[in-house]
Amino acid sequence: MNKKLVYLDNNATTKVDEQVLEEMLPYFSENYANPGGMYDFAGKMNKKLADAREAVKELFGASSQEEILITASGSESANTAIRGVVNATHGRKHIITTKVEHPCVLNTYAALEKDGHKVTYLGVDSHGNLNLDELEDSVKPETALVSVMAANNETGILFPYERIAEIVKSKNPETKVFVDAVQGAGKIKLDLKNTKVDLASVSGHKFHAPKGIGALYIRKGTKIQPLITGGHQERGRRAGTENTAGIIAMGKAAQLAVDSLSDELTRVRKLRDKLENSILSNIYNARLNSSVGNRVPNTTNIGFEYIEGELILLYMNEAGICASSGSACTSGSLDASHVLKAMGVPFTSLHGSVRFSLSRFTTEEEIDYTCAVMPDIISKINALSPFQKELAELKAAKNTK
Amino acid sequence: MWDYSEKVTDLYKNPKNAGMIEDADAVGEAGSLSCGDMLKLYLKVDKNGIITDAKFQTFGCGSAVASSSILTEMIIGKHIDEARKITNKEIVDELGGLPPAKMHCSVMGHEALEAAIADYYGETCIVDKKEKVVCQCFNVTEDTIKSAIKDNNLHTLEEVTAYTKAGGACGKCKNQIETILREFNNEKPKLTKTQQILKVSKVIEKYVSPSLREDNGDIELIDVDENKIYIKFFGKCHSCSKVSLTREYVQDILRKHISEDIEVIQV
Repeated sequence: MNKKLVYLDNNATTKVDEQVLEEMLPYFSENYANPGGMYDFAGKMNKKLADAREAVKELFGASSQEEILITASGSESANTAIRGVVNATHGRKHIITTKVEHPCVLNTYAALEKDGHKVTYLGVDSHGNLNLDELEDSVKPETALVSVMAANNETGILFPYERIAEIVKSKNPETKVFVDAVQGAGKIKLDLKNTKVDLASVSGHKFHAPKGIGALYIRKGTKIQPLITGGHQERGRRAGTENTAGIIAMGKAAQLAVDSLSDELTRVRKLRDKLENSILSNIYNARLNSSVGNRVPNTTNIGFEYIEGELILLYMNEAGICASSGSACTSGSLDASHVLKAMGVPFTSLHGSVRFSLSRFTTEEEIDYTCAVMPDIISKINALSPFQKELAELKAAKNTK
Repeated sequence: MWDYSEKVTDLYKNPKNAGMIEDADAVGEAGSLSCGDMLKLYLKVDKNGIITDAKFQTFGCGSAVASSSILTEMIIGKHIDEARKITNKEIVDELGGLPPAKMHCSVMGHEALEAAIADYYGETCIVDKKEKVVCQCFNVTEDTIKSAIKDNNLHTLEEVTAYTKAGGACGKCKNQIETILREFNNEKPKLTKTQQILKVSKVIEKYVSPSLREDNGDIELIDVDENKIYIKFFGKCHSCSKVSLTREYVQDILRKHISEDIEVIQV
């Protein structure tokens, strides 16, 4: 039986674009040379790698290829940026970040705190926005690094990282600014050369390249200590034989991401809005967890009140729909989403949150199907809830509206 | 994706006995909305104390629904005092196992059952309000942690968290849980040497000596040193060519009744 598959979990990972796959395949068994080799067999590849780096440069909106460091993941990129700056900065031990960053960033700061660094965690309001005055006040002479994400993985909410970099630099020009752009790449235009951002991370598999390849933008003149020492690869900033097929794949994926940005901003956004509006108007206990305005075009986060997220996902899975949840039960950590908690999302819908994230491969038919089956799924789960009185009140309130 | 058993998958897809009983004789509740899972259990009990019907309403994940559902099936038809003996481990076994991080779902089922039975007997409150709450995030009491440790033979902090959720959020209570674990493991009464000798000789007297005497032999306990038990054979046993088999026979009996690690040494 061929089970239907509607993949709406593109913030977790994406399908490798067929064109990307085709581009990378020859670099496994046909041209498998180490690019460092002194023969044509290797030399031929270098042109290809340079093209790929150029495409990644364009994705970042960087000024030169020298500013691009290839890594194996978004987490490695973030670790290289954070630890690289901290280890290259002497004396200044203060870091500023936000409460809603990705765990790869937050857990790195938690580790640095144990090593004697002081970290300020900025909160967000109910729309997921930072207080920029508070941020400005937090920047001190001893601040080594300010680290904010471009787009939030759970809600899609955007931080004004360009403005933040301006504020930071005007307060302390020595402070470095790192932007986790993993959820921004391919969804919003990055133009880092015209900003004051020093470092930014992306991950290939979030924009239709395979898993196991990532990149870090390092503005020219920014000193970092390498995490992985050894050979001279990546200009001595990351040792290890180049993942040639991965780099070539990410290059192609970056080019396609830049080319399809307008599709993302129009068609994908329309589909997302259609899904969101349909759920919010047809399901009485649905409530939007992310703010309407300022977010990436592909993501919506909806809370279903008085029911639990894992069960929603399991029932959606039965219908062939893949999404994710900020529920405690799905994470294995027992604790609900730190992002939604920081936004003050009430308990009633915190555990029943579902994130739908689309991609350029999402079709209208898939969205129509999802819109059609969600009300039935939610009503089945509502029937199991011990909060029947509260649900009835919500239903009545919706009807009077 | 959790590795749920077939039974769990079947039950969250098609739960049995979901809903409420309007004129229930007893209602029990466990968990809360803020904790992320909650279970309400309704019982109908006849004049003989037999549970004739049970229904549940659950706010929770797949394994919470499956645990609730199987619990209702396990208790219907049972006397309320029989139902009271059901442990969370039995719920897990009926489900064909639960992933380690989901054990707390079975504990929640057990707690709701306890609460419902307490309600039936009019016991004002099963959880003493003064009882010490260890995990503030999930409102887990010291008693809940201790009974999970005891019923499931838990040894590590991670196991306690998986079974009770305690320590699973902010983590501030982790030290406290470890202290409880340590205390609990030390609480197992350690016998003095005299008590050990008495215990061993009782077993010998009851299970070993009679059969040896039938064969005109006998046995005497010489000494006990931790898990080493020194014995001496008499009569026919002493001169018997199969004396080493007899020693093993004695060892098996002592292992069965006292401890698996016992070593019997003939002197």
